[in-house]
Amino acid sequence: MPLDIHLLIGGEAGQGLVTIGQLLSKALVRAGYEIFVSQSYHSRIRGGHNTFSIRLGGGPFFAPRESIDILVALNAETVELHRGQLTDQALLIADSAFAPDLPGTISVPFAELGPEHLWNTVALGLLGRILDLSSASLRQALEAMLGKKHPETLVENSEIMEKGRVWAAAHVPKHGFTLAGGAPAADRLLLNGNQAIALGALAGGLKFCAFYPMTPATSIVLELIAHAEVMGCVFEQAEDEIAAINMAIGAAYAGAPSMVATSGGGFALMAEGVSLAAMTETPVLVAVAQRPGPATGMPTRTEQGDLEFVLHAGHGEFPRAIFAPGSVEACYHLTQKALALAEHAQSPVFILTDQFLADSSRPVVPFDAAAIVPVVAGVEPSAVPTPYQRYCLTVNGLSPRLLPGMSTHLVVADSDEHDEDGHISEDHGVRIAMMDKRLRKIEILKQEAIAPELAGEKGADLLLVCWGSSQGPVLEAVADLRGQGRNVASLHFSQVWPLVPSQFVDILQASGKVVCVEGNATGQFARLIQRETGFAMPSRIARYDGLPFTARYILNRLAAVEGKA
Amino acid sequence: MTSIEEYGKYETAWCPGCGNFGILKSLKQALVACELEPHQVLLVSGIGQAAKTPHYLKANVFNGLHGRSLPVAIGAKLANPELTVIAESGDGCMYGEGGNHFLAALRRNLNLTILAHDNRVYGLTKGQASPTSEQGFVTKTQPHGAFAAPFNPVAVAVTMGASFVARGYAGMPEHLAGLIVQAIKHRGTALVDILQPCVSFNKVNTYQWYKEHCYELAGDHDPGDHALALRTALEFGERIPLGVIYKKEGPIFEDQFAVLKNGPLARQEVSREGLRQIMQGYV
Repeated sequence: MPLDIHLLIGGEAGQGLVTIGQLLSKALVRAGYEIFVSQSYHSRIRGGHNTFSIRLGGGPFFAPRESIDILVALNAETVELHRGQLTDQALLIADSAFAPDLPGTISVPFAELGPEHLWNTVALGLLGRILDLSSASLRQALEAMLGKKHPETLVENSEIMEKGRVWAAAHVPKHGFTLAGGAPAADRLLLNGNQAIALGALAGGLKFCAFYPMTPATSIVLELIAHAEVMGCVFEQAEDEIAAINMAIGAAYAGAPSMVATSGGGFALMAEGVSLAAMTETPVLVAVAQRPGPATGMPTRTEQGDLEFVLHAGHGEFPRAIFAPGSVEACYHLTQKALALAEHAQSPVFILTDQFLADSSRPVVPFDAAAIVPVVAGVEPSAVPTPYQRYCLTVNGLSPRLLPGMSTHLVVADSDEHDEDGHISEDHGVRIAMMDKRLRKIEILKQEAIAPELAGEKGADLLLVCWGSSQGPVLEAVADLRGQGRNVASLHFSQVWPLVPSQFVDILQASGKVVCVEGNATGQFARLIQRETGFAMPSRIARYDGLPFTARYILNRLAAVEGKA
Repeated sequence: MTSIEEYGKYETAWCPGCGNFGILKSLKQALVACELEPHQVLLVSGIGQAAKTPHYLKANVFNGLHGRSLPVAIGAKLANPELTVIAESGDGCMYGEGGNHFLAALRRNLNLTILAHDNRVYGLTKGQASPTSEQGFVTKTQPHGAFAAPFNPVAVAVTMGASFVARGYAGMPEHLAGLIVQAIKHRGTALVDILQPCVSFNKVNTYQWYKEHCYELAGDHDPGDHALALRTALEFGERIPLGVIYKKEGPIFEDQFAVLKNGPLARQEVSREGLRQIMQGYV
């Protein structure tokens, strides 16, 4: 078994647990370890119960783990909430004031080691020693975070961290969580899903983003704005989500590859805009980061509950494509593809992610910036016949898109049904011709559709079907079952619309038992598959408590599902 | 030189005698006076009878959703700052459905023009009260008369320190054309609220009514005097002033983006070296 340590830091918002978590993560990645970072937090700035989880070791890891090997409790509540998850050999690091009388508890006199606002730094020193991570790598990470901006703070923190380290050397007994010497790898990027979406958008040629802040989508925009100047990207915080998508459509019409990023409630306000993009045949990328609904739901938790909503949002009938990345790397690559496809098909295209993937970080091999193929908006004016007609009828449904003001041709776009010139028309023949033209583009989207990824062999006794962010936990569950000698495979969809049944129906049919694993209560994807292919998946593993799937959760439920059968 | 003929002639869906005819004529005159070619102009509208105007002259057009002309106009202007962008719609679209966008657009102060056809009634949906209808205005949907106090777009804009606020009247097309020219040439968001009779559904605010109530601001009105502008904007009853009520110079929204000084975003290269360095920041 490769080294697999689960470290959980818990405390209130404001205690600095994210700071230690991030510093430790950076140091671990630089030292050559695989890590998987996930965060759990309440929708508040102070107080509440928050955790920062790092799974570390030989990996790679694509999912969180429930059982805990090292628990750092910055408050008493953390001990109470998580003691049940501790493994037999676990270490529990807690302040002497509330350290419980449990085996493996390390009672730390934090007050003697540093001022209260730096107890997180004390904990960092302790952890560095416990894991046997070099002081140099931690100090390097500390420097990178505090930088040259706060030299005094850096000195103070370094000293306090060292105190923690020295104390741990003297007081922590022998344990089984020492890292067995790093395997320094080439520089890797520590990215979460939303950061990867932002980088993918910039790599794809994004030039405009409008948004209204909404968890868990906001971090996509924050990342874009941080790099906007270097990448020549214009952005604006709109007055509401309706304005945001209309701005993006206006910018895209005028030639800037554009996106919006939002979550369920904000996306609800964008629905009419989605329909407008479809009618005016304006490319726009819509990133929807799901959280549990209905209404405000659970703002900082995760769910895959908006598949049907995103699939059907917007009145009228029109083509669309929906990508559902399953990993950080897929977030980067699929966002580029989505931007390119939106331009190519002159359609709204979606990236459907969720809080779990948005906030989970992993080290990834750097992407090749030299190899990017940014979107080119519109076609050359010399390439269109005169007189120019924005919506001229074509065999494949694509009418050459010119940009307004870039030539003497006039570009007329209309949300009303329109003729080939783009002007309002109430003619029924025109209506049919234009509907058919727009709907022909579904074939273009199908040609570009990504086939689901089969991990394992076709014809396995058990096939786990999943989409989007559930990929990592499902793969881990499958690996566990194979380790038990079972013939198991998984089929992951990173594109959930349009579906091309010929790409996967034979796999479903050839499998023994097929179980659909998805993070919603009613089995939306299983229903979609049945609607499109006739293939029913009555066995489902659902999760809708606001928490992400883990391999353990899937294995436990699977036992119940299989028991029933 | 551009000529008015270049802006074309189209058959319209408007009632005979509609105030929109005067506004369309003034708009064409203004574009010619600004020496703009049709391809340099983008007209963005929402939905309503006024919002059909862009279909009746030659220009780039984005006829979007009801209430949403301004965000589309803003997006387009930010993508291509070289375009002359005009958002044109009625009072229901601009001040009702799009009220939030109207306020936000004035605060942003992009270099664009807002032409609000203000006939104080919903025409396309056949005669309901609009945000600017007088109190007591009786319709089939307001049988007891409109209860809500009317929105005064000019006073709101002046209060917010919008950078160019004017009021025109469809019955005075030459005067209106002059206002539109100033609005287009103004560096910043320019609002022209255009009073307009609706011959089919507004039997109160008729051509005769406007003739009796409207007056042109005197030549000595100082549009740079904010207090005076506010008093003038609030004068809306027995007498209604027409002209440039408030005006100020200042920075525009586009100034904050260095990349916009290089012209349309569509022409800007994506920096691979920039991207490579950004990625290094995640190591």
